[in-house]
Amino acid sequence: MNLNEQNTLALKELLYKMADDLLILGHRNSEWTGIGPMLEEDISFSSMAQDKLGQALALYQLLHELGENEPDTVAFTRNDNQFHSCQLVEYPIGEYDFSLIRHFLFDNAELIRYELLSESSYEPLAKLARKFVGELKYHKFHGDTFVMQLGKGTEESKKRMQASLNASWNLALGIFENSPYEDLLIEEGIWKGEDFLKLRWLEAVQPIIDEAGLQIPDDSNWAPVNGGRTGKHTEHLQPLLDEMTEVFRVDPGAEW
Amino acid sequence: MIIKSLDPRISRAQIDDQSATEELKPLDHFETYEVFHQKKRGTHHQHVGTVHAPNPEMALLFGKEQFGRRGVCVNIWVVRSADIFASDYDDSDIFATTPEKQYREATPYKVMDKINEYKAKQGA
Repeated sequence: MNLNEQNTLALKELLYKMADDLLILGHRNSEWTGIGPMLEEDISFSSMAQDKLGQALALYQLLHELGENEPDTVAFTRNDNQFHSCQLVEYPIGEYDFSLIRHFLFDNAELIRYELLSESSYEPLAKLARKFVGELKYHKFHGDTFVMQLGKGTEESKKRMQASLNASWNLALGIFENSPYEDLLIEEGIWKGEDFLKLRWLEAVQPIIDEAGLQIPDDSNWAPVNGGRTGKHTEHLQPLLDEMTEVFRVDPGAEW
Repeated sequence: MIIKSLDPRISRAQIDDQSATEELKPLDHFETYEVFHQKKRGTHHQHVGTVHAPNPEMALLFGKEQFGRRGVCVNIWVVRSADIFASDYDDSDIFATTPEKQYREATPYKVMDKINEYKAKQGA
């Protein structure tokens, strides 16, 4: 693929939303560090949150190579309306059932997204995607195992998982909000697009949810929560950004 | 009756001492699993530690992050600690004479002397 003005715009839009999803959810999930439900899970969940931040950094780096600002500047100096993350990722961690269901729904989509991107005509992105897939396989394995375990656990765990699934479903559908460049991205072979991903995602999560004895909300109630991709966010994102950027704002030149 | 303790954190918790005698249900207490990891395909799996988990799938899930997230690893085994059949520490004397059996090891043989002697002879 040869870069031109139009496909560079499309590519940047794609990279921004993917990187922002990872940065915001990585930050959210890291909020469980030290207070996870058990030691082993605390470590696992924190480690996956770190994976997400690492992936976000790699994507911001790619954006930098396409002429955008330094990763730190991009991550720490934007306001909520400049973030392209879906609204699913910005919600507070809530109780563990919500964080688990969000992670299960999101990471099933992530694994398929990066498997598809592994074949991207934009080789630098394909190369990164192939690297991410290994980590994401574990993230999916973790999410699937927990959902099946707790779905089949006690009355209480089942009830909680179902309630969180109901609460997260329409937010999760917002992951697949179409970009204005959808056709161009498909035409250029950059990837197969959000609608294709959504179909594959449904095929992936359905059997796990069935196996867990849970129910996907009736499709007459499906109403994707869109807007995140164009900078429309809930009141939860800005406080997250304020906290995340606190140290950066005190000393923007700090070396770690 | 409430448990009395000199530790204010325990007194504050107002633990009813009857509750301490309640029997554990299966989900109240996880089993321990021994974790083994393999650094390279074809090499031995090595014991790296223990995790608590309700079943083997979860043990594998936890074992990967506890012990596989740093350093190289290509494969993980988990085994229920209870399934390991072990020798008894009371019988440790079965190993007592092992250090004296150096003749079973190759190290005491000064083989290099002989090789060098042979090489010297060949060269001459």
